[in-house]
Amino acid sequence: MLVIRNGRVIDPASGLDAVCDVYLAAGRVAAVGANLDAPSSAAVFDATGMTVAPGFIDMHVHLREPGFEHAESIETGARAAAAGGFTSVCCMPNTSPVNDSATVTSYIIERAKQKSVVNIYPIGAITKGSKGEELAGIGAMVKAGAVAISDDGRPVMNSRVMRRAMELAKSHDIPVIDHCEDLNLSAGGDMHEGETSVRRGLRGIPSAAEDVMVARDILLAEVTGARFHVAHISTHHAVAMVAFAKKRGLKVSCEATPHHFVLADSDTAPYDSNYKMKPPLRGKHDVAAVLEGLVDGTVEVIATDHAPHAGSEKMQEFERCPFGITGLETAIGITLEELVHPGRITLRKMIELYTTGPARVMGLDRGTLTPGAPADVTIFDTATAWTYDVNKTQSKSKNSPFHGHTYKGGPVATIVAGRIVWQR
Amino acid sequence: MTTAQDGLRAGLLGIEDLSRTEIEWILRRAKEFQRQQTPGRKLDTLRGRMVVLLFFESSTRTRTSFEIAAKRLGADSVSISVAASSVSKGESLVDTLNTLAAMRPDAIVMRHAASGAPHFLARHLPIPIINAGDGTHEHPTQALLDAMTILDHRPSLEGLKVAIIGDIAHSRVARSNVHLLTKFGADVVLCGPPTLLPEELGRLAPGVKLTYRMDEAIRGADVIMMLRVQLERQFETTFPAGEYFGFYGLRQEHVELARPDVIVMHPGPINRGRELSSEVADSQQSVILNQVENGVFVRMAVLERVLP
Repeated sequence: MLVIRNGRVIDPASGLDAVCDVYLAAGRVAAVGANLDAPSSAAVFDATGMTVAPGFIDMHVHLREPGFEHAESIETGARAAAAGGFTSVCCMPNTSPVNDSATVTSYIIERAKQKSVVNIYPIGAITKGSKGEELAGIGAMVKAGAVAISDDGRPVMNSRVMRRAMELAKSHDIPVIDHCEDLNLSAGGDMHEGETSVRRGLRGIPSAAEDVMVARDILLAEVTGARFHVAHISTHHAVAMVAFAKKRGLKVSCEATPHHFVLADSDTAPYDSNYKMKPPLRGKHDVAAVLEGLVDGTVEVIATDHAPHAGSEKMQEFERCPFGITGLETAIGITLEELVHPGRITLRKMIELYTTGPARVMGLDRGTLTPGAPADVTIFDTATAWTYDVNKTQSKSKNSPFHGHTYKGGPVATIVAGRIVWQR
Repeated sequence: MTTAQDGLRAGLLGIEDLSRTEIEWILRRAKEFQRQQTPGRKLDTLRGRMVVLLFFESSTRTRTSFEIAAKRLGADSVSISVAASSVSKGESLVDTLNTLAAMRPDAIVMRHAASGAPHFLARHLPIPIINAGDGTHEHPTQALLDAMTILDHRPSLEGLKVAIIGDIAHSRVARSNVHLLTKFGADVVLCGPPTLLPEELGRLAPGVKLTYRMDEAIRGADVIMMLRVQLERQFETTFPAGEYFGFYGLRQEHVELARPDVIVMHPGPINRGRELSSEVADSQQSVILNQVENGVFVRMAVLERVLP
C-alpha cells in the first residue's frame, strides 16, 4: 500500500488535473482525491511540487535479449526504462533469434517476469527472421502475448507480403508497425541526404526512402482496413500523409522520437556516431513538421526507439558504426525542454503522448489513474535542473548524443504495480 | 577541427576550416621550396623527426609525394599500407592507431576510404594527423598543390573562372578545391551528369555554380580541372559508362571555348579516353606534370608547419 500525497495529479483519460492524493493498494489504483484516508501501514510518498501521472509507456524500444546481451538485456533495459520514468515498454523483435514465433515471445515474457522491474510487451515479427518473405507465426505470437507486429529495422519491401500481414493483423486486432524505409533508396546511406551529407562526403538517406513506404502502407491500410502505425516518423511529407490518412478516417497513427523533434542533420557533430540512427536526423523543415504534428495531434505518441549498442561498435569509422542511440533516460527531460517549457504543448498533452496515446495505439489496458487501473505511476518534476551523465546510465550502452546536456525537470519516481522501482 | 588560432599544430584535416592566412603561409613557403630546389639536395629542418604514412587505400603518387617531402626535409618516414580487408578481420582502426601512437611518431599522414576517419581519430589521439584523402570528403594537400599550380600561371586566384568537371559527388578533390578557391574569390563552376552533381553542392560555398553542360562550364574559363571518374567509389550505376566520354570527356573543341591561356589540370592518374582525350592531355595547356612536382613542395610546407 502506497499513498502519494499532494502532487499535481494529471490523468488525461479522466480529465483530472488537481493537487490531490493517489492511493495504491493490491497493485491497483484504489482511490484518487484530496486528503485521502489511508491505513497507517501504507507508505507515504510526498509529491509536493511534483507532477503525478499515469505510468508512461514507451512503445518502441530494443532490449537486445535474446542474442545481443553485450549491448543490453531485459533486466538492464527495464532499469533504464524505470530511470526514465517509464512503467511499460514494448520491445521490438530484432533479437537473435528474431521474435518470430510463440517460443521466443514466451521466452521474453518469462524473462521479463524474472528480471524486469517494468511491464514488458513483446512485439512480434511480421515475417520469419524478419527477412520479408514468409509470414511469421502471427496468431501464435499474439496468443503468447505479442501486442503488435513489426519488422523494425528490416522493413518488408514486398508489398504483397505487407498486405497479407495487415489482413492477418486486422483479424487479431493488433496494429502493424512499420519502420518505413525503402531499402533500395536508402542503401549505403549514413545520414540524411542534404547539404550536410554532401559537405561531409557521406552517402545520404533521402527523405523519399521514408515517404514512398509511408504512402504505400497507408494505401494498403485502406485496402485492408488494418491498424497501421508509422514508427519514428521523420519527414514533413510523411507527417502530411498521416494527417491525410486520418482525415480519410483510416486507422493510421504515428510516433515521433525525442531526437527527431529536437535535432536536425545540421546540428550533428561531424562523424560522431552518437548522431547516427535510422531514420536519420532530417532537415530543419522536417523537424518543424514533426513538432507541428505533435502540436496538432497528427503525431499521437512519443516513443524513444531506445537502441543500445556496445561502445566498441560505436568507436569506428562513421560509415561502419551501427545505427541507433539510447533514449529512455532522456525522453522526459527533452520533452519538457522542447515542447512544454516553450509553451508548444501543455503538460497534460505531454502526458497523453506518453500514456493514452501509446495505450490506444497498442490496445493496452493502461495509461490512466482511474480507480481499478493498474497501479503504474510516473512522478516527475518540471523545475529542477539536472545534467544527463551517460556514465551513470542504467543501460549497458552509452550511445547517447545528449550526454552533458542540462534539462529543467525530469523523472523523480517510477511506480509499477504499486511498488517504487526507481527513485531519483 | 583546425582553427585559425591553433593553426596547423593539431594537424591538417581539411581546407574548409583553414584560414586564408594559413593557406597563404603554406603557399608562400612551398614557393620558396620551389625556388631553392636543387634536385636531390636535402634540407635538415626536420632531422630526427618521424612521420608515419598510413595508407588504408592504395595510392602510389600521394604516398610517394609525402615520402619525398619528408625525406627532403631530413625527416624519417615509415610507410604502412593496410588493406581494408585485414582491418575488418582484425584490429579496429582505433587499435591500429593507438598502437602506432605508442611508438610516438611526430605526425601521422593518413589516407582512408571512410569520410571523416581522420577527424574521428584526431578526437582520440594526441598526435597531429595530416589528411591525405578521406573517402569522398576532403583531400587538402591536393587543393593546396592545385592552387600553387594555378598561381604559377596567374598572379592571383581572385576573379578566376575555374571549371571542375566529372564525378563531383564522390570527389574529395573537388570539395577541397571548392573550399580553397572560393576563400580567395574565384568563381567555381561544377559540371557533371545530374546523378554525380547533387544540387546541394551549390551551397558548399559562396560563388559556386552548377551545370550539366560542358560548354557552359568551360566558356571563358581560366582553369579546367578534370576529375578522375572514380568508378571504385561508386555505390551504384550513376551513368551509362559507354556514354561518359561523349558527354563529359574533355576534347580540344571544348578547350577552344575557354580563354586562350587556359590551363588544364587533373589530379591523376589520368584515364585517357575517359575523362580527357590524349590530345588534350599532351597539349601545351596541360599542367598535369607541374601539379605532381608542386605536390612535393606543398607537402614539405605542410609537414614543416604541422611539426612543432
